[in-house]
Amino acid sequence: MNLLTKMKKPKQTHVPSTNYFDLLSEEIVFSILDFLDDNPLDKKSFSLVCKSFYTTESLHRRALKPLRSEHLTKILHRYPCITNLDLSLCPRIDDSSLTVISNVCKNMLRSIDLSRTKFFTHVGLSNLVLNCVNLVDIDLSNATELKDPAAAAIAEAKNLERLWLRRCKAITDIGIGCVAVGCKKLRLISLKWCLGIGDLGVGLIAVKCKEIRSLDLSYLPLYVKLWTEDLVTYAGLVITMPAVGLEITKNCLLPILELQYLEDLFLEGCFGIDDDSLAALKKGCKSLETLDMSSCQNVSHVGLSSLTSDTACLRQLILAYGSPVTLALADSLQKLSMLQSIKLDGCLVTCPGLKAIGNWCISLRELSLSKCLGVTDEGLSSLVTKHKDLRKLDVTCCRKITHVSIAHITNLCTSLTSLRMESCTLVSRESFVLIGQRCQCLEELDLTDNEIDDEGLKSISRCSKLSNLKLGICLNITDGGLAHIGLCCSQLIELDLYRSAGIMDTGILAIARGCPGLEMVNIAYCTEITDHSLMSLSRCSKLNTLETRGCPLITSLGLAAIAVGCKQLAKLDTKKCYNIDDAGMIPLAHFSQNLRQINLSYSSVTDVGLLSLASISCLQSMTILHLKGLTPSGLAAALLACVGLTKVKLQESFKSLLPRLLFEHLEARGCVFQWRDKVFQIIEMALRSTFYYLQAEVDPIFWKLQLEDVE
Amino acid sequence: MDLKETWKSSSCGNELPKKVPPDQQSFPSLNSQQHQREWEDPSLLNYCTRIDQQFLGFNQRPETPPSAAFNPNSQLKIPDASKTQDWDPRTMLSNLCFLEDKIHQLQDLVHLIVGRRAEVVGRSNEFVPQQQQLITADLTSIIVQLISTAGSLLPSSKHSLPLVNSIVTQLGQLDGGLFPPGSGLNGFVPPHNGVSKVEDQSDQIDPTNVCGPEQNYSVEENESKDEEDADDGENLPPGSYEILQLEKEEILAPHTHFCVICGKGFKRDANLRMHMRGHGDEYKTPAALAKPHKESNSEPMPIKRYSCPYVGCKRNKDHKKFQPLKTILCVKNHYKRTHCDKSYTCSRCNTKKFSVLADLKTHEKHCGRDKWLCSCGTTFSRKDKLFGHIALFQGHTPAIPLDETKGLAGQSDRGEIDESPNKVARIDFNFSPDTSIEGGIHNATNSKGNLDDPAGYFSPLNFDTCNFNGYQEFPRNTFEDSESSFSFLISGSCNYPRKTGGESGSNDPQ
Repeated sequence: MNLLTKMKKPKQTHVPSTNYFDLLSEEIVFSILDFLDDNPLDKKSFSLVCKSFYTTESLHRRALKPLRSEHLTKILHRYPCITNLDLSLCPRIDDSSLTVISNVCKNMLRSIDLSRTKFFTHVGLSNLVLNCVNLVDIDLSNATELKDPAAAAIAEAKNLERLWLRRCKAITDIGIGCVAVGCKKLRLISLKWCLGIGDLGVGLIAVKCKEIRSLDLSYLPLYVKLWTEDLVTYAGLVITMPAVGLEITKNCLLPILELQYLEDLFLEGCFGIDDDSLAALKKGCKSLETLDMSSCQNVSHVGLSSLTSDTACLRQLILAYGSPVTLALADSLQKLSMLQSIKLDGCLVTCPGLKAIGNWCISLRELSLSKCLGVTDEGLSSLVTKHKDLRKLDVTCCRKITHVSIAHITNLCTSLTSLRMESCTLVSRESFVLIGQRCQCLEELDLTDNEIDDEGLKSISRCSKLSNLKLGICLNITDGGLAHIGLCCSQLIELDLYRSAGIMDTGILAIARGCPGLEMVNIAYCTEITDHSLMSLSRCSKLNTLETRGCPLITSLGLAAIAVGCKQLAKLDTKKCYNIDDAGMIPLAHFSQNLRQINLSYSSVTDVGLLSLASISCLQSMTILHLKGLTPSGLAAALLACVGLTKVKLQESFKSLLPRLLFEHLEARGCVFQWRDKVFQIIEMALRSTFYYLQAEVDPIFWKLQLEDVE
Repeated sequence: MDLKETWKSSSCGNELPKKVPPDQQSFPSLNSQQHQREWEDPSLLNYCTRIDQQFLGFNQRPETPPSAAFNPNSQLKIPDASKTQDWDPRTMLSNLCFLEDKIHQLQDLVHLIVGRRAEVVGRSNEFVPQQQQLITADLTSIIVQLISTAGSLLPSSKHSLPLVNSIVTQLGQLDGGLFPPGSGLNGFVPPHNGVSKVEDQSDQIDPTNVCGPEQNYSVEENESKDEEDADDGENLPPGSYEILQLEKEEILAPHTHFCVICGKGFKRDANLRMHMRGHGDEYKTPAALAKPHKESNSEPMPIKRYSCPYVGCKRNKDHKKFQPLKTILCVKNHYKRTHCDKSYTCSRCNTKKFSVLADLKTHEKHCGRDKWLCSCGTTFSRKDKLFGHIALFQGHTPAIPLDETKGLAGQSDRGEIDESPNKVARIDFNFSPDTSIEGGIHNATNSKGNLDDPAGYFSPLNFDTCNFNGYQEFPRNTFEDSESSFSFLISGSCNYPRKTGGESGSNDPQ
């Protein structure tokens, strides 16, 4: 409601001269406004110019993502043309809120996102669905309390095309059966983690909703061969299984594969699907474009080749954490002529398998071998030989590869836009020079925990399109190398320097100067960093995420600079910045009105600072462990004052120090408490009285040594 | 008459030697044959029944699968005389020591009883017959043990048989004075029960393993239920089979094995084979006595089919389109289902009635279960059937039950009330309220057969339990109908003592 009060000022000072905008038709102004979509603040400024602008902007806005449900009535009246309503930030949406929405929006509303809110019931949903008959999208993910009546209410949304029910664990076959019968136009349905839904419900969806394009059945208890109703431990949870038999198994998968328009099928973690049931079907799905069979441990190349037999237009195949990538598997996928992307994360990979993939006649665009065991230079080199058009390559934690692989990759796949090679520790420093020389289209580069040095950074700075650079735990880089990046990579949006100990203020200064578009910066445990870095980063006006954990030299002064300069700041982590105190909180509270998440653990913030944060109306998540200056009453006041809180991490000790009713009240507002009982680490270290641990905590080199010891 | 009573007691005891090492098992408990006829003297029945019930009260695990002690192999060794001939003096000695121990134990028991009797003069002497019974049983077991030990000295077990019998007869005479007929608890037993008890007795003297045939028996019964319908498709040309027609009384009698010569019915095939011995020497061969194997019956038997005695029934041989019934069990089930009153009412819905107890049990398993409901009002017992229905019809949706949490109320009160006369009798045979409660709980769960040996309840003294395992072979034949395929359910429920009804209900093995 700040907006409304500020509104009055331009109204009073408005000069009654000719308003040129009056000459423009509404459509033209609308199309101008369309270009302001990037930054929400721009539209806000526009609407504050004058009354007509205000009205125009109100009529132009289609999507709304309110932070609170209290003002819903006013907001919705201000924006009468809202079609997309995202309520995922509202801590509490109850039936009355839904009734307000349904009464105000009526037929305008086409999309509503209710994920992460949990106070409404089937009554509110029923109201919504009956009044907003044009609803096309409903997202009810994480509504774990909702039961079959809620699903039955949704079934009344006859125009529904997309429905997300992820983690709606209490909905059963009966509920989803209602949806299947009611929502005939469904094109997308996500039932991931709906543990109450089995073959019968899914089968009915496939039988009744012929328009389905995308079907997510991940982690559903499908196809479990049980003849009687029985208790079965599924994914660690004990659930009641419906009577499911082998015949039904066929009946469930069969109608799914017969869906005429099915494009995306997600069967991640469906342990009940096995080769036998797939082979018995002897049927593929013609229209399928994306298939995710991750973590289907019982499906090998046999079942897969059965499933992909008719699948001519499959573009993306995700087989993460599945059966080993052998020659047989690679051969069985050979005929997929349209395949562009394949993800084999976490699979056991054999050299013949990789070679066979390398011999496919198609050219892959995307390949992920993240955390695959058995990726060697030989396999990887022969794999990339044919796939020269590779755009994205992920070889995270392929610890056996060396310079040889990188030389091959950079030589052949020159159009790489994304290369992720975290923890490829055998890759030598020279390889990174090659990356910079040959792959200049790179936009994303993850070099976390590698041997790259300043020379490599200098070379990589040639990738002028680089937007995402991760240099965490790169102990060989210094300010000199980073300065090259700052000079050349002006498009940089995300920079990760976690525990890269060689980085100091000059490096950050160079980055801040050269990369004005920076949005995310992580300088955690770069212990040499001081306020100067923060001051220089404060010019990056788009900065929304800043992590400065364990930078003991940073003080409130630097934080104040950030608060003033980076108005977009939404996430701030200043854990273990011992010198940050209330003086830093006050400017933050005043300027960072977009702050949503803050971690103040181990800092010197007290009641005053915490209470001042209450003026940030967006603030949703607070982690406030081990604040020495925090008293129970101060905490209580701060918690009550921060009305938008949804998540608070607190020390266990406060649980008994504050009245139970307080927590109950806050929980009813939609706040979730996470209690931590960790020993104050400094004390812990003092108790150990070893310099080594203290050193290890703050010194990245020691930290890495310690890490290697553990390994 | 007294003689018969004690004979019964001793016959209880004569199961005991089976527990001693195999080389001493010279006592073949085949002596029942000689006494078969005498038992049928109705004047004996009440007393026999009484004993039977007494034992049944402590028969905690009637359906326990054969343990090592009941191993059929060891049972089959009993008639094998060759083994008993080479006796070992050391075993004999240990046997005698054992007997000595037992006698001392019994002595202690008698002392105890004497002492207790002095204490509880004012109280009703309802324990007196029990104590007497107890002593009788223990004595009998000792005597039998002695005989069996002595028998091992004899050259052949055949010779020991009459000896045992004569001794047992003498024992009975002695015992008769100790325990006058007509006293005690005869009044508890309704006369009609007595009729069935005759068969029970014959069962208990079953020399072969009771558990073995018993299991077969239940299986048969289960199969036969299906067969009744299945045989419709069978097209035996008339005349190619022999038609047997049992009378109504025979059908309703709780027998399933009938003598082809005299028509007498038995609950167990083993007993029938015992009975057959009386019809001639050809039935006395080991082959005839042994458990018949399906393979051994290779010689072509005349095909037998059965006719329903109900005139006008399609299953009656005089019917124009006569369709014979395959087995006697088919006849029994057919007759009950078609021509008898449906006397079993479902205790849950109170509407469904059945004439065959097994049918009731089957129904009760599903009665009151989740009804899967369609928006059109049709209900289904199975969810997949509902979904099949919905998939088939346009516009039908699954209906959500009003109360999401359907309880399974009314499941606990499923006790068998029609067995109450026996039940009452059994409860009163318990030694004390304490044991009755414990026994009740055991009874309630006994179909699981995982309890400690409950024979300990029989006697306050710590008798070597192996001797009393014999009593467990006394099965639960007090049921009036032959639906023994579910008899484990009944035995579980009809043993419920009233006092512990609540507990036993909750322990209902179903």
